[in-house]
Amino acid sequence: MPQFPNILCEVLTVLFQPINKNYHEFIIERDKDRCINCQVCVRQCSYEAHYWDDNRQKVMHDNSKCIGCHRCEALCPTAALTIRRTPSEFRPNANWRPVFLQNIYKQADTGGVLLAGMGSPVDIPVYWDRLLLDASQVTNPSIDPLREPMELRTYLGTKPDRLKLLENGQEPPSLQTEIAPQIKLDTPIMFAAMSFGAINFNLHRAMARAATELKTAYNTGEGGLHRSLFKYGKHTIVQVASGRFGVHRDYLNAGCGIEIKIGQGAKPGIGGHLPGEKINDKVSETRMIPIGSDAISPAPHHDIYSIEDLLQLIFALKEASEYRVPVSVKIAAVHNVAAIASGVVRAGADIITVDGMRGGTGAAPAMIRDNVGIPIELALAAVDQRLRDEGIRHKASVVAAGGIRCAADVVKAIALGADAVYIGTATLLAVGCTLCGRCYTGKCPWGIATNDPRLSKRQNPDVASRKLVNLVNAWSHEIQEMLGGMGLNSIESLRGNRDKLRGIGLSDTELDILGVKHAGR
Amino acid sequence: MSTTTTSTAVLDATGQYYKEFNEQIRELVRQGVTEFRLDNVNGQRYIATGLEGDFIFEINGLPGQDLAAFTRGARIRVNGNVQDGVGNTMDDGKIVVDGMGGDVVGYAMRGGAIYIRTDVGYRVGIHMKSYLDRRPTIVIGGKAGDFLGEYMAGGIILLLGMFSDKSDAPITGRGLGTGMHGGVIYVRGNVPEHQLGPGLRSRPVTPEDMQVIEGIVRDYATELNLDAEEIFSESFTKIRPFSHRPYGNMYVPT
Repeated sequence: MPQFPNILCEVLTVLFQPINKNYHEFIIERDKDRCINCQVCVRQCSYEAHYWDDNRQKVMHDNSKCIGCHRCEALCPTAALTIRRTPSEFRPNANWRPVFLQNIYKQADTGGVLLAGMGSPVDIPVYWDRLLLDASQVTNPSIDPLREPMELRTYLGTKPDRLKLLENGQEPPSLQTEIAPQIKLDTPIMFAAMSFGAINFNLHRAMARAATELKTAYNTGEGGLHRSLFKYGKHTIVQVASGRFGVHRDYLNAGCGIEIKIGQGAKPGIGGHLPGEKINDKVSETRMIPIGSDAISPAPHHDIYSIEDLLQLIFALKEASEYRVPVSVKIAAVHNVAAIASGVVRAGADIITVDGMRGGTGAAPAMIRDNVGIPIELALAAVDQRLRDEGIRHKASVVAAGGIRCAADVVKAIALGADAVYIGTATLLAVGCTLCGRCYTGKCPWGIATNDPRLSKRQNPDVASRKLVNLVNAWSHEIQEMLGGMGLNSIESLRGNRDKLRGIGLSDTELDILGVKHAGR
Repeated sequence: MSTTTTSTAVLDATGQYYKEFNEQIRELVRQGVTEFRLDNVNGQRYIATGLEGDFIFEINGLPGQDLAAFTRGARIRVNGNVQDGVGNTMDDGKIVVDGMGGDVVGYAMRGGAIYIRTDVGYRVGIHMKSYLDRRPTIVIGGKAGDFLGEYMAGGIILLLGMFSDKSDAPITGRGLGTGMHGGVIYVRGNVPEHQLGPGLRSRPVTPEDMQVIEGIVRDYATELNLDAEEIFSESFTKIRPFSHRPYGNMYVPT
């Protein structure tokens, strides 16, 4: 601004202030009696909503900068802070809800594509909440998992058409069929693909260690695998996406499985874009791209334009890993997901991962995240049924992802036909995420979706790993309880066992797709 | 089928399925063989895929899809044409094709060199990237199809347009360098403006560029027994990204 007297500057600032300057989402309430001006909030807030006012000699705040992450509230030593939704309300309008107004103001200011983080917050039916589980009464006894064995072990990979046993009458029969490579999991819960870069090294290390301790697996996501984590390879699924970041021979041979990422539930049909700000030295080394340059993943793999091309990449990866590990293909849940899944399995995938539209993301255009794809429950039921109808269900394991919130969701997913599930958002919640949804800024105040050393040190890998182990152990116990209640002693007896599910308040079409009866039937 | 001499293993690919054929190669690698001559190759896929080390391959015939995918270090010479996906995501090494290349040559490669004597198909050099001292190079002696160097993030593509079977075709197809955010594409002669991706322009080369081009051309000419001076008889132009962050300002936070 040119040299104007101060007062004129202020007037000009007001004149050119954007319409939405004061239409912010949150307000910071500071209890003046409790606040001791210690400035913890100032140091904790990476968005600079809190600041030290030298003139007034006290801590002040700017509500318009608050993104609602609650970091300051959580760490305030005197509990002086409360973060609230702003009570200011537009005139009620069922059609033009405030979110549309705010977005239009922003786009009119910038001409930008609306960018969003984490899973979709839109009000689309959550079928988990409309499915109820069964339990045994009288006719078959329920089982107490505290006293009796309860098997959660799961093997992911292609299963043979039939088993051939050698029996000679005297010795126990021996297996003649050669079994294809499998990923062995002690519990059917895996940590979902979240790339190093999108989340930081401390959390990648925590996931690797937790997966190893739990004897399950975590997925690297598409940003490669830092060499110091190769030692956790027995519990690591390495991902190959269209950008091929950090994909090389050693990487392909470092894990217990390889996953081709075709699509992501939060953003089906589009690629990814890790901004240069997040590419520090370690990320650069792992992705094998220069520091500070954008990491752009094209929408498709440019060597995959057909099912035949997918087959070609699946077998290229098998050749490169000498057929030692299963190859998974991850697709987003879209309208024709069942037919696509059939093609994927026929192309030679040993595992198919279906990611529903409520799945998380570090960054996605909001229009895509909130409007493209279908919920995982419907996709999973459709895929499992289609593969069964075609007699190829055993050729691939099915992993469900995108919107698993609790142990009951896991049980329902397995009853709908999943072999195992991925948890991503729940993984981040376990280490403190509050779903503020600004992962793409690189300023995550919880030290999760950031590579800024000042912020990422807020995640201690020992503590984070312990929390992840606790979460999965707790869920596994709950799964055992629910299985026992149904009179089952093995997760295998639940897989695709839709008789253990009933729908509540669902239409005939929904029940038909889910393949379950209505409650009461 | 195999005759192992003191240094070179000679394999006959006649009638062999790729799985068994490649397993034979891997077995010989495990035994310490480093030089191979593969005869009568006819569409076998994934030859030298995932190999790491200083191997030498001479391939007679037509290798199938994904020749040398994920390879690190092998030097491969093909006496004939190749199918699609040569050098897919390759890390290092050198592939010389005395013939045509297919589609998707050098997809996402981050090191080494691929020399093709004549034409290539679509989507060649997509998402090539460079890292530290690795600077992947693709040289095409003939003409290229659409989307050459799309999403290019690093490395060098040199397009000569000289040894082509397509006399009527332009030197490159549509969308040259679309979305490129690193690396450089050198073209012998000129590229019609409308063949370039959005926002790109071709410019004359500098003396420094000519030094780079000269080094590459001399090696290319030696490998394929061509006359380097004839290649230099025409001037070169270059296409560079207009930004290394082409999509940096596209978004607004919700």
